[in-house]
Amino acid sequence: MPNVTFRVFRGDRQGGELKDYSVEVQEGMVVLDVIHKIQAEQAPDLACRWNCKAGKCGSCGAEVNGKPTLMCMTRLDTLDTSKPVTVRPLKTFPVIRDLVTDVKWNYEVNKKIKPFTPAPNTDWIMYQEDVDRVQEFRKCIECFLCQNVCHVLREHNEKTGFIGPRFLVRTASLEMHPLDVENRLDMLKNEGGIGYCNITKCCTEVCPEHIRITDNAIIPLKERVVDEYYDPVLSFFRRLFSSKKRPEAAQSAADD
Amino acid sequence: MESYTVHDYDVLVIGAGGAGLRAAIAAIEKGARVGVVTKSLLGKAHTVMAEGGMAAALGNVRPEDNWKVHFRDTLKGGGMLNNWKMVLNYTKEAPERVRELERWGAVFDRTPDGRINQRNFGGHSYPRLAHVGDRTGLELIRTLQDHAVKLGIHAHMETTIYRLLTDAGRVVGALGFSRQTGEFLVFRARAVVLATGGLGRIYQITSNSWECTGDGFSLASMVGADLIDMEFIQFHPTGMVWPPSVMGILVTEGVRGEGGVLKNSLGRRFMFDNIPERYKGEFAETEEEAERWLQGDRSARRPPELLTRDVVARAIRKEVNEGRGSPHGGVYLDIASRRPADYIKKKLPSMYHQFMKLGNLDITKEPMEVGPTCHYVMGGVRVDPDTQATNVPGLYAAGEVAGGLHGANRLGGNSLSDLVVFGRRAGMAAAEYAAQQTGPFQVDEAQIRAYIAEALQPFNNPQGENPFALMKELRASMQKNAGIMREESELKAQLDILADLKRRAWNTSVSGSRAYNPGWHTALDIRLMVEVSEAVVLAALARKESRGGHARLDYPDPDPNFARINHVIRRNPDGSLSVVAEPLPEMPEDLRRIAEAKDLSELSEKVGA
Ligand SMILES: Cc1cc2nc3c(=O)[nH]c(=O)nc-3n(C[C@H](O)[C@H](O)[C@H](O)COP(=O)(O)OP(=O)(O)OC[C@H]3O[C@@H](n4cnc5c(N)ncnc54)[C@H](O)[C@@H]3O)c2cc1C
Ligand code: SF4
Ligand code: SF4
Ligand code: FES
Repeated sequence: MPNVTFRVFRGDRQGGELKDYSVEVQEGMVVLDVIHKIQAEQAPDLACRWNCKAGKCGSCGAEVNGKPTLMCMTRLDTLDTSKPVTVRPLKTFPVIRDLVTDVKWNYEVNKKIKPFTPAPNTDWIMYQEDVDRVQEFRKCIECFLCQNVCHVLREHNEKTGFIGPRFLVRTASLEMHPLDVENRLDMLKNEGGIGYCNITKCCTEVCPEHIRITDNAIIPLKERVVDEYYDPVLSFFRRLFSSKKRPEAAQSAADD
Repeated sequence: MESYTVHDYDVLVIGAGGAGLRAAIAAIEKGARVGVVTKSLLGKAHTVMAEGGMAAALGNVRPEDNWKVHFRDTLKGGGMLNNWKMVLNYTKEAPERVRELERWGAVFDRTPDGRINQRNFGGHSYPRLAHVGDRTGLELIRTLQDHAVKLGIHAHMETTIYRLLTDAGRVVGALGFSRQTGEFLVFRARAVVLATGGLGRIYQITSNSWECTGDGFSLASMVGADLIDMEFIQFHPTGMVWPPSVMGILVTEGVRGEGGVLKNSLGRRFMFDNIPERYKGEFAETEEEAERWLQGDRSARRPPELLTRDVVARAIRKEVNEGRGSPHGGVYLDIASRRPADYIKKKLPSMYHQFMKLGNLDITKEPMEVGPTCHYVMGGVRVDPDTQATNVPGLYAAGEVAGGLHGANRLGGNSLSDLVVFGRRAGMAAAEYAAQQTGPFQVDEAQIRAYIAEALQPFNNPQGENPFALMKELRASMQKNAGIMREESELKAQLDILADLKRRAWNTSVSGSRAYNPGWHTALDIRLMVEVSEAVVLAALARKESRGGHARLDYPDPDPNFARINHVIRRNPDGSLSVVAEPLPEMPEDLRRIAEAKDLSELSEKVGA
């Protein structure tokens, strides 16, 4: 098999540059295989993250030829290998070394989301059609590719007032859980910054789990926020008839 | 002199997979100050990859299911080498632990009447696995992670423990380093829970994530903890075999649970020819009967594709060895002709995805090519069945790193529920022990200094070997000489190879800075990997029979002399390892009757009983 040139970012917080590596490739290889080969044979200190090599852990996100993707799920035969292939770290997060970025911010954001709060005395009966929706959101592998492409975070670096698509998805998974009784709309509107999202759908396009982030999570949440804060009458009726906020919830939120 | 940061905890949990997170939650609930260390980011541990489901006799799909049937199935699968008390604790408690996950926010697939759905898996007499499509591990780890965050878990992400610290024979903490910065960390702890997972990466073809380098077994053994049953390594029958760079990646047993069948190159469903004596009468004997079972006929017996993993893996090896394999050295696994495309996409979405992306193959249209891959280790650190305490005071172990529950072979789905049952027990017991240790924290400065010098040695050793090359040698030699089929001459040769690799593991060379340096990480991983490899090979040499996950070409049959024997690996004062055969604890008569029941109706739970 031929040699392919890989142009890989090498550097740290202080800065860095693209470096060329010529690699002999084989049929069926993915980009992560090439990075491992470079590590084993040419640059043992080349840093990258990975765990599963099967698209399940979300560790190996990088920008391959400018496109944010999971390295372990990007087959070489889907790339034009007659030209050098560039591999860069996710741009939206600070580089630690080479392809490894500091994603700590995401873990901090996550803590702000009020945890799952089940209705007291629930019988835990839920039907498949009621959980299909949240199961879609729970497929998220926390690869942060959506966070990486969202222009609010990427271009405007709005990391104080916006939680980003990943955490809008997480909030949706809680808000739309049939047995959850917590209210996170205030958070979404304020610290969550859901208003920043202008529905460009870039996040949906990169999601390796094919979660319809914008259509199924963000837009319905936006509607709820609008109803809650700008249309008190509608909001009142929604609350009255919503299956989610069961009446017994109000009585005894503390006993479980 | 090299500096380090000190952290003090009542309980230090090493590992943030299912077992580690559940242990941390239990210890926090007991009021302990808890620290958790993980080599990866939070939520990325190997547990995230688990697919098929978690076994628990909830009885939601088949009301006849109960702990007794689960107890019997688990012992039968394990060749009766399991620790019966652990199996008892496990099968009785698993349903409650699954329901608890639901209360913490897990969203399992549902039955038509709105309860947790359960699917079929090899070796389980009834549909027993609570599951979420084929991403059950993700659901488990995310639920535990969220719950632990809610309780205020203190996590040290991307931190590797290199050594446990001891004082007068007790474990009192651990030395590690931050992978991101290369800085050393000393954890002083009143109790330590090991939850470091398995060792699959000592083999070349494995389904395991990079973290599964067997660190916990070596760390424990180095401070004097016993290991048991290390010869029993599970080769999962169905790993991907093509293309080469994906070799070993798992194809979930859920495929067979949903009706997938195994065929050789002649198109024959060969599992009908491979039903072992002890399972005779429990499986369908014709394709017609297996088909009726798939259609839901309760009078039909289950298809032989759902035999235990050891049986299926060896049957596949046999087809390949006898020239009836697929073009890439596996056999065919076919679900396409058995279920509609929509059903497959709904029930096995990540398998559909994985083959499409990595193999360019549509599993709703074509069969998959599959073959055995190293998957799980039944053996591990010997623990007390109630508290998960090891024989070293202050040290506890849970999850895949602990031994005893699974005997000679683990049933699929019996790991995820193992993690939550015994993770919880370990966390509670460690917190209780820690509460009794009231004196000041004791760690030995000289010990710390010596370990730090050891860990940095590859940077000061310009003539040493490339750690990646050494890693490759280790994995290839283990695969060849101590893999799915073993024999004395190869195992002995492997001991010599390991002696050599052990020496060379102390003579590697790395360059660059200490921040996120994979070469350095690999150099240190190897030191622990050679230790655990030696334990595996020694135990495999000692067991001169074939049973469960241990198959000897030179002793192809089970031998009654080994039927009630555990192999204990113990460290001698000079640092070498020895194997001691010990009889299993006797099972009480009433449990023995359950374990040996021939007819499942004997095990039906009487109302009020
Ligand atoms: C592909 C696949 C599918 C599977 N499917 C199923 C299934 O459907 N059902 C089932 O029951 N089982 C399944 N299993 C088995 C099951 O996933 C594992 O046995 C289980 O997840 C092990 O969990 P654990 O908590 O013991 O360890 P792990 O999840 O492996 O976690 C180990 C933790 O320890 C940390 N660690 C290790 N060494 C160190 C160190 N030196 N310093 C610091 N931290 C360290 C790691 O970073 C990690 O956080 C599957 C396994 C695989 C590979
Ligand atoms: S749709 Fe919203 S969240 Fe998604 S990328 Fe666009 S702005 Fe960001
Ligand atoms: S929502 Fe999709 S893209 Fe975003 S982190 Fe989750 S899996 Fe990745
Ligand atoms: S390595 Fe797990 S997603 Fe790529």
